[in-house]
Amino acid sequence: MARMKFVCDAERCIECNGCVTACKNEHEVPWGVNRRRVVTLNDGVPGEKSISVACMHCSDAPCMAVCPVNCFYRTDEGVVLHDKDVCIGCGYCSYACPFGAPQFPSQGTFGVRGKMDKCTFCAGGPEANGSQAEFEKYGRNRLAEGKLPACAEMCSTKALLAGDGDVVADIFRNRVVQRGKGAEVWGWGTAYGSQQAGHPPVKGAK
Amino acid sequence: MIRTALILAAVLSLAACGEKPQTSTGAKRDTPAFQGTSNAYNAPGWKAGDKTSWEQHLKTRAQNSQNEYNRVN
Repeated sequence: MARMKFVCDAERCIECNGCVTACKNEHEVPWGVNRRRVVTLNDGVPGEKSISVACMHCSDAPCMAVCPVNCFYRTDEGVVLHDKDVCIGCGYCSYACPFGAPQFPSQGTFGVRGKMDKCTFCAGGPEANGSQAEFEKYGRNRLAEGKLPACAEMCSTKALLAGDGDVVADIFRNRVVQRGKGAEVWGWGTAYGSQQAGHPPVKGAK
Repeated sequence: MIRTALILAAVLSLAACGEKPQTSTGAKRDTPAFQGTSNAYNAPGWKAGDKTSWEQHLKTRAQNSQNEYNRVN
């Protein structure tokens, strides 16, 4: 089994925010928290590119490295999850993450920062698979239901691909060959340590 | 002697080609996803508890739902 990965195809993303909506609806994410968002580069300039960004479930996750209470863990499928019962909401993971994935709900009179919330690759948390407790803290566990992340399955142009790394890489590779351009996979070099077309070599990359 | 040195050199030079294991790290242990859920929303076509069928089901689902080059049109 290869590891679960996201690929966002910047040639296809039309900034519709369907992935963001699907995620918020599927997991009933509270106001002020966006587990996924769409970023547009060179907005308004001809040739602008949009990419859908969330937790990339990095191979060597910096959030896991800096967490002072060790609340993160990685599943057999390479999905980086965390335990909200252990999280103290310090925000170190937010500073460490190159994708801005960790989110913090701020509610109450003084806007107290709550426990960290982030994309779970629709894989829930440490509670029993599909339980109400898991849903309330982390949202739906679609992987355990035999489904792929809602953001990718709802993507209208199939710009966002999610699933087994070998499968999504194969789908993307086939597209690039068919259209003859757009081989850059945004974020893969950072998340998975591999050099991508059009990017300078990453020092110490595997 | 030379052969041993060559084998040692090959082993050492290829050692960096491996990938670090990524499975189940961290303080917590979670129930594997292939065990399924007890709710009524499980997708049909795979057997809960059977890792191979779960993996195959997700691969097929990814190809069917995300690869439009597979469609007949």
